[in-house]
Amino acid sequence: MNKIGLIIQREYLTRVKRRAFIIMTILGPILMGALMVAPAVIATMEDKEVKHIQIVDQTKIIYQAIHDSKYLKFELSPDTSIEQAEKKFDSTKYYAILFIPANIVKGGNSVEIYSDKDVSREMIKHVKSEIDNEIQKEKLKANGISEDVLRIVETDINVNTFIIKEGQLKKSFTDFKMILGYIAGLIIYMFVFMFGAQVMRGVLEEKTNRIVEVIVSSVRPFQLMMGKIIGVALVGLTQFFLWVVLTFLIVTGAQTMLVSQDKFDAEKLDPDTINTISIMDKSTVTGDKKGADKDEINQVVSDALAYLNDINFPVMLGAFLFFFLAGYLLYASLFAAIGGAVDNETDTQQFMLPITIPLILAIIMLFNMVDNPNGPLAFWFSIIPFTSPVVMMARIPFGVPYWEVALSAGLLVLTFIGTTWMAGKIYRTGILMYGKKITYRELWKWLRY
Amino acid sequence: MEIFCAKDVVKRYANHLALDKVSIDVPGGSIFGLLGPNGAGKTTLIRIINQIIAPDAGELYFEGRKLTIEHTLQFGYLPEERGLYKKMKVGEQSLYLACLKGLSKKEAQHKIKHWFSKFEIMPWWDKKVEELSKGMAQKLQFVITVLHEPKLLIFDEPFTGFDPINTNLLKQEILALKQNGSTIIFSTHNMASVEELCDYITLINESKCILNGHIDDIKKNYKTNTYEICFSGYFNKFEATLTSLYQILEHKQQNDITSLRIKISAKTNTNELLSIMMKYGNVISFNEILPSMNDIFIRVVEEASISNN
Repeated sequence: MNKIGLIIQREYLTRVKRRAFIIMTILGPILMGALMVAPAVIATMEDKEVKHIQIVDQTKIIYQAIHDSKYLKFELSPDTSIEQAEKKFDSTKYYAILFIPANIVKGGNSVEIYSDKDVSREMIKHVKSEIDNEIQKEKLKANGISEDVLRIVETDINVNTFIIKEGQLKKSFTDFKMILGYIAGLIIYMFVFMFGAQVMRGVLEEKTNRIVEVIVSSVRPFQLMMGKIIGVALVGLTQFFLWVVLTFLIVTGAQTMLVSQDKFDAEKLDPDTINTISIMDKSTVTGDKKGADKDEINQVVSDALAYLNDINFPVMLGAFLFFFLAGYLLYASLFAAIGGAVDNETDTQQFMLPITIPLILAIIMLFNMVDNPNGPLAFWFSIIPFTSPVVMMARIPFGVPYWEVALSAGLLVLTFIGTTWMAGKIYRTGILMYGKKITYRELWKWLRY
Repeated sequence: MEIFCAKDVVKRYANHLALDKVSIDVPGGSIFGLLGPNGAGKTTLIRIINQIIAPDAGELYFEGRKLTIEHTLQFGYLPEERGLYKKMKVGEQSLYLACLKGLSKKEAQHKIKHWFSKFEIMPWWDKKVEELSKGMAQKLQFVITVLHEPKLLIFDEPFTGFDPINTNLLKQEILALKQNGSTIIFSTHNMASVEELCDYITLINESKCILNGHIDDIKKNYKTNTYEICFSGYFNKFEATLTSLYQILEHKQQNDITSLRIKISAKTNTNELLSIMMKYGNVISFNEILPSMNDIFIRVVEEASISNN
């Protein structure tokens, strides 16, 4: 069997069989899935206990605006001062006292909630949303502006963006592109760092275990280095692939579960639902809003679908794989050179710095770039090889001229051939050196051996 | 017939010359000792033989042909700094290293089983290397070095780190390998093992080859014509006669047993000396004192450093 194949096989199998790899592979998607599903799950887990709240309203007007919700029931207290209500609080079974001071309409802007425990955020939100509008209305009324005027003024602008291309108008989806760009750039950054460091640690392990001399008596040092780099790259691709598949499975699994539960709830609570609808009919303002929300959601969904159709997935995927691998190869060879040059992990720090700086710069650029994906800064950082894998990948969803991609890719390939050649020289000398504190001058000398 | 030759090998590092026109000829089927003080360049030469590093100048031949990377398949190398993958299992690791030496998986498995049962280390198969003691790991590494049955074996300081029992076992194994037709090059500081094992030696000092040849020839060249005689009788009776003819280096008298160290000139017939002795007493033993490798090593290295200065 081909020797470099043997090395790749060993590097791949030992890593994939490691417990840490298996745990990371399983845990990664669960965490990612949790991140996506958790908000929905938490929303279904809201507090279902019915709470009674006493209102002490000095204005005697505002309390009318506070409607009961499914789990919050409000009652007006005969008391007019909070002190009186407070004294009786222990003997009554109220969950909390809501105190509305007399000055709320004229300048004051806070109501107070008293309770013997921390009140739920849900309740605070409910109270706030109910009171906000009412107080605003009262204030406007006090200043002589009628409700009708208010309704006319109310606006909610939707910004639709279009791209003019080849004489046609295409709806553009800047937000989706931004997210896609971010994710692609971040994944490349993360993988380059994670797996580059793995290459470095692998080289260092062979050096500190002193097995490297046995191996280079059978294969050339360059073969050993490339075998390791390729083996680890395959581990990275495997992990990425498994993550994508598992995340997909978890998310779809969780969603179907949630959806079926929602249906079940709806069927059970049918009379209730009808009730709510009739209530909505009465208060037309809220009803309109709900309807608008629904429309908006439908719009977003159809937009998303349109966008998914709009992206050229083969191109995206191809570009991702290319920049992922080329970026990794560029950095992994440098990481391998560091591992070969030093004796232990603590000595790696001083050589890590020049490698991490361009990577971190790329990430900073990533966050700045999405505001102006075709600006000069984004352009240059997506051409310079050390930052291009991350930055170019983030730009691609926005549409980049082919010549720019080609230039960036070409430079990247040339650079990684250069760094691999350099790393090979440093590595070859370094792996046989022990107990010597390595300086940059020393490394320069090794390059010229 | 030489199985391995190196001609005028030069290796220069940034600030010093590691090897300065070193030549060695290793006859097939022999044990070849590579001697020299620390830092003389032995390990550099060994790494060049193994093609781990390339010489700046000079030529290397294996079985009469120019050395190529394919030849490493027929070499077995035990470096001075020994080590294996700590987290890898013994069997798996042996298989991997044997396959890197060009064996097919089947062949490798077969040979590993043969050698493992020979060294009684079969039960270690599924252990990780980090679970073995240092001595056990050394033994394993030796087995891994020889299991592809290489024609040329190169051991760099093979005896360091072994206890006397394992050292002995190793010596016997090295001799057995020689019997089976392998050629062995080993570097060492241990002169006793050189006398025991080596047929040929090369001594490298300060990057230069300063002595080489068959060990018997070297000993003959460095002999001082010194003899040790033991006889029953009293030295003072013939002291005058002897001192006038020979150089007495040392004498000891224990009751009526006298032992002497005498240096004679190269041309003198030893029988003459004996016939004189026989007149005064009963000769018990008569031996030529050949210099030990230890003495030769020290003498040659010191002479070289004096002439250099």
